[in-house]
Amino acid sequence: MTPRQSRREPVQQIKLRRDTALRALVQGVPYIQFLGVQFDRRGDELTAVLPYDDSLIGNPVLPALHGGVTAAFLETAAIIELAWSALWEEMETGKLDPTTLHPTHLPQLPRTIDFTVDYLRSGLPRDAYARARVNRSGRRYASVHVEAWQDNRARLFAQATGHFLMPQR
Amino acid sequence: MKVDKLKIARQFMEAIPHVRALGIEVVELAEARAVLALPYDLRFVGDPQTGVLHGGVVFTLMDSAAGTAVILHPAGPGGTATMDLRVDYMRAATPGQRIVADAVCYHVTRSVAFIRVTACDDDTARPVAVATGAFTVEPGMEGRS
Repeated sequence: MTPRQSRREPVQQIKLRRDTALRALVQGVPYIQFLGVQFDRRGDELTAVLPYDDSLIGNPVLPALHGGVTAAFLETAAIIELAWSALWEEMETGKLDPTTLHPTHLPQLPRTIDFTVDYLRSGLPRDAYARARVNRSGRRYASVHVEAWQDNRARLFAQATGHFLMPQR
Repeated sequence: MKVDKLKIARQFMEAIPHVRALGIEVVELAEARAVLALPYDLRFVGDPQTGVLHGGVVFTLMDSAAGTAVILHPAGPGGTATMDLRVDYMRAATPGQRIVADAVCYHVTRSVAFIRVTACDDDTARPVAVATGAFTVEPGMEGRS
């Protein structure tokens, strides 16, 4: 067992390390900040949160979120999940010191090859949530599925699948 | 194609809050076709190390162009919403250059509209992304039987 995984490590120190790494990853990307996407963390599980804003509307009559906003939210959730799962191992085994992570000095993010969004119902003018699942992660390619919901976890308003090119280390 | 329909489509596009937030501009509107442009903006960068735009903002531009092309189809849908859209990202968009999305609604049934979109930066010979998708067809004035 590496020192990083020690049972004796104070919980606050563990949380600080993980939250610092996640914050560096998310805050370094201007477009994520533009959309206002945030991430909740429970252990290694991430939930992407898109707080509602009037500027996200694509159909003012209904009103409904812009389909592009939904897609961008899902793609962001997928990319951060992929980058986070790669980072997690390195961080927890002590190979990477998260305090060295800075918006100008981040691990390279996976690049989207293709992204397919399935719109199940219109996005309501309220907060949205998304969780991504890495179905396959190889050395070069990864396949990720993402689900997004608003009020009820079981009533998805969109889902997506994408393929990503992993950064070469 | 009737001039007022083009005018309505342009006003419709320009009234969408998120389209305004991104600064998307109408380049050309025609029958079943919409060409929209997204100016390069540092706020839309997805890779801070290279300045390449985020895929999500290119997706939004292509989705907007596709929806507008559906509205401009002669079958006259009264409204539309994206059912599914697949985007293939063929290369990174060159930082500093605007993206132009050219959408064609090539087939419409009573309930579904099919679209194709190509997005390019200044190098129009090598598209940045292509998309295909299906949109809903809401009953419209001309579409009602």
